[in-house]
Amino acid sequence: MTASSAYLPPGLPTPAADLDDLGFWEHCNRRELRIQRCSACGHFRHTPMPTCPACRSMDFTWAEVPGTGTVFSHTIAHHATHPALRGFGPYNIVVVLLDGADDVRMVGNVVDVAADEVHIGMKVVLHWEATAEGGYLPRWRRA
Amino acid sequence: MSFADRTAIVGIGESRYGKRASILDISEFALLCQAIKAAADDAGMDIEDIDGFCSFGDERHEPVRVQQALGLPRLRFSNMVWGAGGGGCSGAVMNAALAVHAGICNSVVVYRSLCQGQYQRFGQYRPRPIGGSHMAPFGLLTPAQFVALTFRRHMHLYGTSTDALAEVAVAFRSHAQRNPRAVARSPLTYEDHQASRLIADPFRLFDCCLETDGACAIIVTSRERARNLRHVPTRILAAAQASNPGWGLGPSGSHNMAIDDYATVNSRELAKALFGMAGITPSDLDVAQIYDAFTGVVIMALEDFGICGRGEGGPFAQAGNLRWPHGALPSNTAGGLLSEAYLHGLNLVIEGVRQMRGDSTAQVDNAQTCLVTSGGAQAHKSALILARD
Ligand SMILES: [Zn+2]
Repeated sequence: MTASSAYLPPGLPTPAADLDDLGFWEHCNRRELRIQRCSACGHFRHTPMPTCPACRSMDFTWAEVPGTGTVFSHTIAHHATHPALRGFGPYNIVVVLLDGADDVRMVGNVVDVAADEVHIGMKVVLHWEATAEGGYLPRWRRA
Repeated sequence: MSFADRTAIVGIGESRYGKRASILDISEFALLCQAIKAAADDAGMDIEDIDGFCSFGDERHEPVRVQQALGLPRLRFSNMVWGAGGGGCSGAVMNAALAVHAGICNSVVVYRSLCQGQYQRFGQYRPRPIGGSHMAPFGLLTPAQFVALTFRRHMHLYGTSTDALAEVAVAFRSHAQRNPRAVARSPLTYEDHQASRLIADPFRLFDCCLETDGACAIIVTSRERARNLRHVPTRILAAAQASNPGWGLGPSGSHNMAIDDYATVNSRELAKALFGMAGITPSDLDVAQIYDAFTGVVIMALEDFGICGRGEGGPFAQAGNLRWPHGALPSNTAGGLLSEAYLHGLNLVIEGVRQMRGDSTAQVDNAQTCLVTSGGAQAHKSALILARD
């Protein structure tokens, strides 16, 4: 997979890791989906943050998850809201409820379906998309 | 009596409103000065009595500049509510009331200026330093898209129809047609709505609020001082701000709010605080100004504020309940953000005051109480219940 087959056009913002979510993106760049998990109570949390909202422990691991999930909600973006999207689209945006990670959801895109085929309840599987920077973005394919 | 009810809104002021980028002959700051002067004139007070300044996230003009430009001798209180867009609007009124009640200052101006042609547009992508990496690379960029996701879930859970969205857009436009200040006054039909272009499915163009230029301001002072001013004071029966747990990861932050709370506008805790303070129930409301950044926000807010049950917002709107004059709760009687103007919700407070004075262009007969809600897709929410003195 090369960057030229990216789901969205070049020029959109790319992940700008900070000290809270650096571990998440570093694992993504190795094609590993790992979600922050509390070492004290086992609760998964996302997006990454310093403290477990369930028990306030600050100890955590980056726990590997299956990389499958279910479309929890979706929209089809028609209107270009960023210069990189002029003349492009429509494209889908989904919220995926991950398997094996409590109620953690990730925002993403289902890359292999027509816009009107996306629906709530659709089963999806990870699709690692190579970025121009040599890393990987977690998108989704129909399972 | 709550702290808020020891204060009152005594003045309202607006610049002219125009479509986005239509006001280029005068600066945003000048429009703001016009609005504040108009609010003092409306109150019948000496502008030099303004000694407090409140606004909410995204306001550009600092109180020290406003004080300087208007030649005001005293600045005793300066305050900004966190949160982007309109979620802090009623919170700013709350803070004004707190400052007056605490005796920190005498009269507070709450203000908003917004000229999107002179500065950046809110409906376009803006970097969100916290959490933005988890949305923007996937093309999730703007509030219309954030709320489209939560509202799509509402449709899935409750069978809500886009006909309900059309009803909100058409009802509020019909109110705007009576309001000479409204920016969008041309007739709008159900068919016009359904034929308008998709922005972020299911939202079409007429589901999205206007983008406008303008400025507006209100003045809060004590109930005692209010009695000596020009208008019947508008009481602030209740003022509250709240966010449900987990909404730091809400629509503008990766969509990880609690699953049971997903298809809402994060206002259920707010409604409890608000009605608790007011000592009234939703059925006591005579009129409402609901933050209508998008039509779908109105549907979900009706449920969060207990005006109807969960999942019933769509049918409630479709039954004509939001329409002036015969609906159960005429709402956004000046046209709202969808058709009057988009001043991040402060123009909704102003219309609430007009209703309590009996001055609206879609006046609800004998209106005694008005709900005003603030905020669309953001986490932080606030609201007021206004009452006629
Ligand atoms: Zn924990």
